[in-house]
Amino acid sequence: MEKFSIILGKTVQKITKLRGNGGSALPGLVVERSNPQFLKKTLGRLPRGVVVISGTNGKTTTTKIVSELLEKQGLKVFTNKSGSNFVRGVISAILGDIKLNGSFDYDIAVLELDEAHAVKFCEVCPIDYSLILNVQRDQLDRFGEIDHTAELLQKVAKQTRQTCVLNREDPRVQKLTAKNTVFFGLSSKLQDAFPSDDDLLSKTSKNKTKAPTATVCLQSLDGQTAVYKINQKDYRCQLALKGIYNAFNAAGALALCHSILPKAPASTLIEQLGGITSAFGRGESLHFGDQTIELLLVKNPSAFQLSLTSFADKDHDYMIAINDKVADGRDVSWLWNVDFLRLPRVKVASGSRATDMALRLKYDEIDVDTVEEDLATALKIFSASSDRPKRIFATYTAMLEIRKIISGKSIL
Amino acid sequence: MTTLHILHLYPKEMNLYGDHGNILTLKKRAEWRGFRVNVTEYHVGDQLPNHIDIIFGGGGQDSGQSKIEADLRAHATELKTLIEQGTPCLVVCGLYQLFGEYFQTGDGQKIAGINILPVQTVAGPKRLIGNIVINSPEFGEVVGYENHSGLTTLAPQAKPFGTVVSGAGNNGNDYTEGAFYKNCIGTYLHGPILPKNPRLADFLLLKALQRKDASIKKLAPLNDSIELHAHSVAAKRPR
Repeated sequence: MEKFSIILGKTVQKITKLRGNGGSALPGLVVERSNPQFLKKTLGRLPRGVVVISGTNGKTTTTKIVSELLEKQGLKVFTNKSGSNFVRGVISAILGDIKLNGSFDYDIAVLELDEAHAVKFCEVCPIDYSLILNVQRDQLDRFGEIDHTAELLQKVAKQTRQTCVLNREDPRVQKLTAKNTVFFGLSSKLQDAFPSDDDLLSKTSKNKTKAPTATVCLQSLDGQTAVYKINQKDYRCQLALKGIYNAFNAAGALALCHSILPKAPASTLIEQLGGITSAFGRGESLHFGDQTIELLLVKNPSAFQLSLTSFADKDHDYMIAINDKVADGRDVSWLWNVDFLRLPRVKVASGSRATDMALRLKYDEIDVDTVEEDLATALKIFSASSDRPKRIFATYTAMLEIRKIISGKSIL
Repeated sequence: MTTLHILHLYPKEMNLYGDHGNILTLKKRAEWRGFRVNVTEYHVGDQLPNHIDIIFGGGGQDSGQSKIEADLRAHATELKTLIEQGTPCLVVCGLYQLFGEYFQTGDGQKIAGINILPVQTVAGPKRLIGNIVINSPEFGEVVGYENHSGLTTLAPQAKPFGTVVSGAGNNGNDYTEGAFYKNCIGTYLHGPILPKNPRLADFLLLKALQRKDASIKKLAPLNDSIELHAHSVAAKRPR
């Protein structure tokens, strides 16, 4: 049965690739339907088990950090590429790697799954470790309500056989329960930089509960120099990662790796963390003509707010690209929960909801030089506007489109 | 200088879809015309302020709604008096429902509202989600984004806020959207509603100012080109 599924899946994969549809989940679908046990049987054989990373923001970069840290400790890590973060996407990814004789030569699987798909995944395949990053408003047209999202993550936490790593600073994540929980956190000094979803709503109401001890705590961040407290000892780390949210998610990654490999010395993990870069579209630098443009993904108010905290300064020019495709969320009202006052001015507002963005900025009294819905035209105007270093904040599909325009080719 | 006092009801629990933008729009459009604005965030257990010129309340999730119901009912008389006196008010989604007679949950339990708007809401089988365009006799075309499962019915004598052009509205059935009583508007339109519908924002501001000074006939005009452009873009987006 397994062999048949592998041959079947690989054949479908070959055909879809020949038809130029490289990222298709169709092979996964065919195998999922014909052999529901395939995923469980294949991943169940991995000696170190299955790790699931979920939450609203930071999954892709955190999955990259965890995978690379584990690889540097000598483990063979199977991971899913961004964009295939659902059950049949994972099966498709397995089909690309598994040998015809069924050999799947990995030690551990580290999977990025969004909240709804993480629950579905748990129903078909046991998981050993999980890392829950945060619960924020994202695509409310899809999930409906964030309390519901927290309930989904509770199911994932409950199903975790070994250790569930939780963000101590997110009230909805902190109160999740699991067989064995470990926390990552922030020093009190840094906590104000991270508004929880509730903090974004009202400035006059805060209720803090007594916090559990964090195994890994981000103590301070000065530029890209971070200090992490691991089991009560401070470690300094020069990060290649940019932005406070990446530095914080790295604390979650460290706590998770520490749970999986308790014997790996913290000093080694810290040293190796320093060399890891963020995932594409998450603060990467792209070259456009003779200019360097940093591309920053913003999917929801909390991600946008944190990005502005780290990346809004007077030394850069800014473009903001807001699309309202299904993958971005049709609803753009979330823009009104972001405070843009840190931005000096915006050179170009673009994307299918360019005018909504310009309108939002008007009410924070921030000047917008050009409103241009078409991203290619907007990029031209933006790059021609000055020689200064540039940054673009973009929603998911706008980010993909911009990357495609800049690199001249498709990435997915 | 005239100061407008805006009351924002339950911003912590009832603020799901960028309703902060509604407050910001009222504030800026008043300030740009030379008025001073004071926004009071009202939380459960607080006392209502003495001066209230405009009332705003947004939508919340079920957990938020259950936290505020009792507190809202405790202030029903005060709020009702303000509305009867003509205080302009905008309530969106969750608070629109609770400003009505009742909300009946999926298991048949009736949660009493504060009975200002003559509407009744019953939990529906699915969420009504997407861009919505309505037509209102007073404000013309109004655009927004709806996301609700409650199905609202107007009492026979009640006046809707508008007629649905595309989208679901009160119940997806009778083409009515929202309710309009005195100067109080209840609606399902998020978006948020006020930035892209400046006429509605100015209606609330004008009514508030006229209650302070009856000689004011109209507001100074503003350049609304971005507002109107964003409005027309939104009206053309797919559901």
